[in-house]
Amino acid sequence: MINVNRYRCGYCGACVSVCPTCAIELVETWIEVTDDCTECGACVSVCPIGAIEVPQ
Amino acid sequence: MITKTDKYDVIVVGAGPAGSIAAKTAAARGCNVLMVEKRQEIGDPVRCAEGVAKPQLKEHIQPDERWIAAEVKGSRIYAPDGTCVELSEDVSGAEVGYTIERKLFDRALAREAALAGAEIHVKTRATGVILEGGYVKGITATHLGEKFEVRANIVIGADGVESKVGRWAGIDTTLQPADLETGAQFLMADIDVNPDYCEFHLGNTIAPSGYLWVFPKGNRSANVGLAISGEVCGQGKRPIDMLRDFIEERYPNGKIIEIVVGGVPASGPLEEMVTDGLMLVGDAAHQSDPLTGGGIVNAMDAGKLAGEVATQAISEGNVSKARLKEYETTWKSRHGKRLKRSLSVKNHFVPMTDSELNKIVHSVDGVDLSKMSLFEMLGTLIRKNPKMLFSLRKLFI
Ligand SMILES: Cc1cc2nc3c(=O)[nH]c(=O)nc-3n(C[C@H](O)[C@H](O)[C@H](O)COP(=O)(O)OP(=O)(O)OC[C@H]3O[C@@H](n4cnc5c(N)ncnc54)[C@H](O)[C@@H]3O)c2cc1C
Repeated sequence: MINVNRYRCGYCGACVSVCPTCAIELVETWIEVTDDCTECGACVSVCPIGAIEVPQ
Repeated sequence: MITKTDKYDVIVVGAGPAGSIAAKTAAARGCNVLMVEKRQEIGDPVRCAEGVAKPQLKEHIQPDERWIAAEVKGSRIYAPDGTCVELSEDVSGAEVGYTIERKLFDRALAREAALAGAEIHVKTRATGVILEGGYVKGITATHLGEKFEVRANIVIGADGVESKVGRWAGIDTTLQPADLETGAQFLMADIDVNPDYCEFHLGNTIAPSGYLWVFPKGNRSANVGLAISGEVCGQGKRPIDMLRDFIEERYPNGKIIEIVVGGVPASGPLEEMVTDGLMLVGDAAHQSDPLTGGGIVNAMDAGKLAGEVATQAISEGNVSKARLKEYETTWKSRHGKRLKRSLSVKNHFVPMTDSELNKIVHSVDGVDLSKMSLFEMLGTLIRKNPKMLFSLRKLFI
């Protein structure tokens, strides 16, 4: 599952829009991720502020 | 119960420009309307450069000085080497004219929806749709941690770039990273900025695959931001870092009084914006301009059309996909061609090197573009750069 650095995150929802499994939800000021996450990295790619990473 | 009743004519999910106009339109025509917004404050945080063309805006709301931060005469486009061409306001596209305060603007629109009779709930997040016999019949939602269900004849998904309403009902609105423009912006204060022009800066160092903008906001302040393709973003520096580089050089003494981040669909509109009992409007239907990223007026147009068609469809007792299609067809007949053109232009310009971009801007150096229509201007560009812009010929000449 992806790691979201919530201190860095600007809660814009860009990651939500590209998630192919609908695993990401923006709840007001934080991101929630469900087990449907496949670690595909689409969200990592689009994050304008670099707040998301796929664990090595 | 959280809402006044458990059944509405229309439920609107999301209180951005698309949602508020849809709610206002349907309520003004006599529908019982519920609009839910997951944020606790409508319009905040901002995800926008706040530029909008005057005539298109005025079709939907009377400009009000409370949410107009600045007014410009036109735009200046800068080549990577700093050469600049000037365009008048009329040809600058849907993003140039006013710089608005989205926080106040979005609230003004929501207030209009409220005055028209719509019921509005904030801090209320849709979590799914009720599907029965293939029809969308309402939503599940949560308010302050409390879950509830509410039904409607039609649901309008106005839930922006992160839209899920469509996905819940079987319309795949997932964007590919390459189809998302992702950006960062600082509202900067105490900077030297020409209050009369919106600036657009091109170049593979400044904003590869995108552009950087400076939109004046009055009183020595401006929205300074940039957006790039989501695909390019993953390969190197992030928009926020590129923006810091630019600011360090251009406005070393400016102060940052707000940070904005966000994504905008740059794919061109969805093929299908409706299904049985459901309509998608605004960024949820990818209606923003793929070239400029401008989406406010397109979203408002969609909200209005959707509100009108929804009212009629409900009064006829037919909310099938075939009936709701009228909204999609009308919206596309108004905006489809222009957005297709924008997409072609974008696809053409994105791979260009800095020296090619310089050449194109140089080719119109000294030509008075300020009186031309957009068509005339692009025609001129193509005539002056027949080789580089060959494949765009068919679109503009
Ligand atoms: C960096 C950047 C700069 C931009 N600059 C410009 C510009 O200068 N000019 C321009 O015209 N356009 C610009 N745009 C695009 C513009 O902001 C959008 O096109 C416009 O806001 C779309 O309006 P909308 O109503 O469709 O969606 P939004 O304004 O995004 O509203 C959607 C609303 O739905 C809510 N929502 C989402 N999910 C749920 C849910 N499950 N339940 C309840 N509520 C929900 C959200 O919280 C949000 O309030 C820019 C975009 C970005 C990212």
